[in-house]
Order: sequence, then structure tokens, then C-alpha cells
Amino acid sequence: MGIYLPIAEISVNIFVLLAMGAAVGFLSGMFGVGGGFLITPLLIFYNIPPAIAVATGANQVIASSVSGVLSHMKRGTLDFKLGGVLLAGGIVGSTGGIFVFAFLRRLGQLDLFISLLYVVLLGTVGGLMLVESVNALRATRSGAAPVLKKSGQHNWIHRLPLKMRFRASKLFVSVIPVLGLGAGIGFLSSIMGVGGGFIMVPALIYLLKVPTNVVIGTSLFQIIFTSAYTTLVHATTNQTVDVVLAFLLMAGGVAGAQYGAKAGQRLRGEQLRALLALLVLAVAIRLAIDLFVTPPNLYSLSAAGLN
Amino acid sequence: MKARNTFATAILLTLLAVAVPAKAQVPLTEGIQIGLSTDNVSITAGFSGADLTIFGSLENPDPLVARQGRYDVIVVLEGPPKPVVVRRKDRVLGVWVNLDSETFENVPVSYSVATTRPLQDITEPNSYKQLSLGASNLYMQPADAGDSPATIEEFTAALRERKSATGLYSENVGGVQFLSQNLFRATVRLAPNVPVGTHKARAFLFKSGLFIKESSAQLEIRKSGFEQSIFRVAHNYSFLYGVFAISLAMLTGWLGRLIFRRD
Repeated sequence: MGIYLPIAEISVNIFVLLAMGAAVGFLSGMFGVGGGFLITPLLIFYNIPPAIAVATGANQVIASSVSGVLSHMKRGTLDFKLGGVLLAGGIVGSTGGIFVFAFLRRLGQLDLFISLLYVVLLGTVGGLMLVESVNALRATRSGAAPVLKKSGQHNWIHRLPLKMRFRASKLFVSVIPVLGLGAGIGFLSSIMGVGGGFIMVPALIYLLKVPTNVVIGTSLFQIIFTSAYTTLVHATTNQTVDVVLAFLLMAGGVAGAQYGAKAGQRLRGEQLRALLALLVLAVAIRLAIDLFVTPPNLYSLSAAGLN
Repeated sequence: MKARNTFATAILLTLLAVAVPAKAQVPLTEGIQIGLSTDNVSITAGFSGADLTIFGSLENPDPLVARQGRYDVIVVLEGPPKPVVVRRKDRVLGVWVNLDSETFENVPVSYSVATTRPLQDITEPNSYKQLSLGASNLYMQPADAGDSPATIEEFTAALRERKSATGLYSENVGGVQFLSQNLFRATVRLAPNVPVGTHKARAFLFKSGLFIKESSAQLEIRKSGFEQSIFRVAHNYSFLYGVFAISLAMLTGWLGRLIFRRD
């Protein structure tokens, strides 16, 4: 069944989009990530213009984050203060990202930049995760106890000034890295259409030493607002948010997420991380191939005078 | 002699008398008219391209020429003119990057042609050029005239190629059919991605390869229904639209949690 997307201005198959949303929702439920980093490339592969894929991806991320945050709020695994500071940085980063987005679009380099960012970030995160999880799998097989980093350990980040206390996270840390992290994620959110959970979660755990149980809830909490802000700014400056497209993805997504979460409970942590790493790498490789393979059409048209 | 003269004059007069009404008919040259059954076409959600039929008639056709099939008609449906950027990808360190570009002013977004016969059989290439008729004869005006002619030519060719590849520029040979001596029907294609706006339908009449007359009509193509309302709101009330998109996402997330909750 075809449906006409009012903003993307193309006809697409409604079931393909629902299935895409459900599949990504399943994976995001299984791995506890927002899924924006999968939705946006999939939409691009499905011939949705990248500018619309990014803005709509940001919109879709809100739905999956809200549903995740609600369950974390119930369990109390959410640090509102930390989330708030991350958010303040996020708004600044996101605003900067929108300007870069509009500027690149005018230059005709937006598609390339989006693809490059995806390849580099997904490649790095996927590669690191794969190495880490394979090592962990090996260690459990050989019977050695997994080495956990102690939360008392300090690094250079903990020597920065302007310290602030985050009670729920049992953390006393400078606001500079927190704001910086928020800004970086906000920037990526507006350019890549991702929530940024796949970077935020490891950064909070390894750089700021936030206890793991608080990390996902807090990250999702700040992602709701960064993505909402990104959606709003894309809607007003670029008019690239397609609600029909976003709604189809969300509808499939919220249903798929619950089954994914159930399936995820049957797998062990390292196995989950190894699978997620492989998935992330596969998306990165697929995008990289498009960058290097001679395109079927060297010429492209776009409306002039558009932002 | 005198009588003969009178006779000759009489014959001449009769001849003139015969000739005058005949001559009075000759200045009634051929004309062409087209009519659209509607002046606006609405595209709905499932629009996947369509054929648009335009009826037209010849005025004062010469029955002899018509019988020999020497009248040709070309009907063009031209989309609204818009500026366009054509970009070319080149390899930089192995990666394909948009490098060179050329902006053209006033390029018709779409251009569908229907003809009675193949274009090259109707008239000379030169008269097409003069009339700026046919996708390959449209003049594409570069925004920066300072660029080298070779570059402009290359990008113009690429622009035409892309437009025909996406179905926006199309040619329907045999799409104009004469239903009677002076009535014809033209079928032009509307691509699935036909742009909205004011389109211009133009009909050109040729007689034995000579351009005789042109006539035109306007057609408004708009999107209708739910999709169009969304598009309009997204552009005219973009802030509210953004707020709506966010609320919808939050509501969906909340409902999803309510319906499918597993903990």
C-alpha cells in the first residue's frame, strides 16, 4: 500500500516503513539504544532525501526515548540534575549543528558530510565495542572474573574546576566536561538525526564514571529534549520534518521495542554488545561503500535558493 | 475588333468575379485552439503519474493539406520555472564529492511534449531553436554567464539528462491524434513527481514543416487533501508544526509504554 509523504514528496510503501520502524524498535529495545543511528541510514537507503531523513529521525527518537524514560522514572534510575546540565550543553550544540546543517545544504555537501560522520562514528564505536565484547566473551570462556573499573578511580576530567554535586549519580565533578559532552551530542543530534545514546552511554560510564544503572535513564532523559529541540529547529528553519513518515516509524518502533526488550533478556551482556557492535559496523560499511563506489549518476539537481 | 474587345473584357470580368470570392477565402489562415476541461488538477496521496488529455481544434484547415496529413501539432505542458543547481561528483581521495556546480535560472521544473510524429519529421532543427520548442531546445540560462561555454554546455546536457531520467521531461511521439479534420486530442504525461504550481499548456501548429500558429492555456496543478494541508502547515506555521511533531512523538511514546508495557 502506497502512501504519499507530504514533506519528502515521494510515494512510499506503508508496510516497508512500519516494518522498518518495528525492526529498529526491536533492536533498540534489545540493546537499550534509541535507534536513530539505524533509522536515518535506513531511510537514506530507502531514497528518502538525507535532509528529511535526519530531521524526521530526530523526531522519531523522541517517541522511543519517552517510552524508555517512563520506565526508568518508575525505577528511580534517572539523575534529573545531571540530565539538566547535559541538556544545557545539548541546546548549544544543537543550535550550532543546525547552522552547520543549513550551511552544508547550501554548499551541496550535506549528504557527503552526513555519510562521512556516520561512517567515522559508527565505525569507531562499533569497532571499539566489538573488541571490548569479544575480549569479555573470551574472558568468561576462560573462566576469569570480568574486570570491572572501580568507580573511585579518577582521571584528568576530575581535576577540572567548577565542580558540582550530582546526588543521584553519587558524583562530584566539574560541569565543563558535562556541558561539553552535552554540546557534542546535541551537535551530532542535529546533523545526524540521532539521539546520541550510543556515544552518550559509554562517555558517561568511562569518562564521567556515572554508575551504569543511572546512565541509560539519564541519557534517554536528555535525548528527549535535545531531539525535541532539534526537531523544532529543523521544522522552523529547514521544513524537513515529515510527521507522516515519523509517525509510521514510531508506530512500528514502540511495538517492536517491547518484543526486543523481551528477547534481549535472554542474551548475556557481552553477547548483546557483540551483536550490537556487528550491527553498527555493518551500517558503517554499507554507508562507506556508497562513498567509494562510482555513483550511477555523477550529476544531481537541487533547487537553488533553498537553504 | 471592338466587339471582340468587349467580349474579352467580359470574360476578364467574369474571371475576376469568380476569383474575388475565392481570394477572400484564402486570407482566412489556419489557427489552432486548445481547451482544457478543467483549469486545475489536484494530486492526491496515491498519485503515481497520469496522462493529461488536452483537446484542440484547427481553425480553417485546408481540406487538401489535412487529407494528405501535412498538418502537425506539438503540444507542450510546461511546469513553473525555477532556479536549479546542477552538481557534479568527482573523486577526492577515493571518495565521491560534489565539486563543480552550475546554477541555471528559470528552468521549467517539468516539460512534457506530445507530437503527431517524431520531432525530426515535423520541421527543421532551426525552427525548433527559434521557437525554443522541445526539451533539447529549451534555453537554460546560466546564473553565472562568466563560466566557460564548454562547462555550461556540459551542465546543461546533464540537467536535461537528469530531468528526462526522472520523467519530468518527457516526449510522447504519436501523443497527438487527429480525431477529425480539425479536431485533435493530445496526451501529455504527468510524472509522479510533477511539481505543483501554474503549468502552461501550449500547442504549436505546423503546415508542411512551416510554423503557423501557437495557442496556450494555463493549468494549475495542486496537491489536495490531507497531505497538502500538512505541507502548507509545515511551511506557513512551521513553529506550531514542530511543536505538533514533538507532541505527537511524546504521545506515541507514552501510549506505546501504556499498551505494550512489560515491567
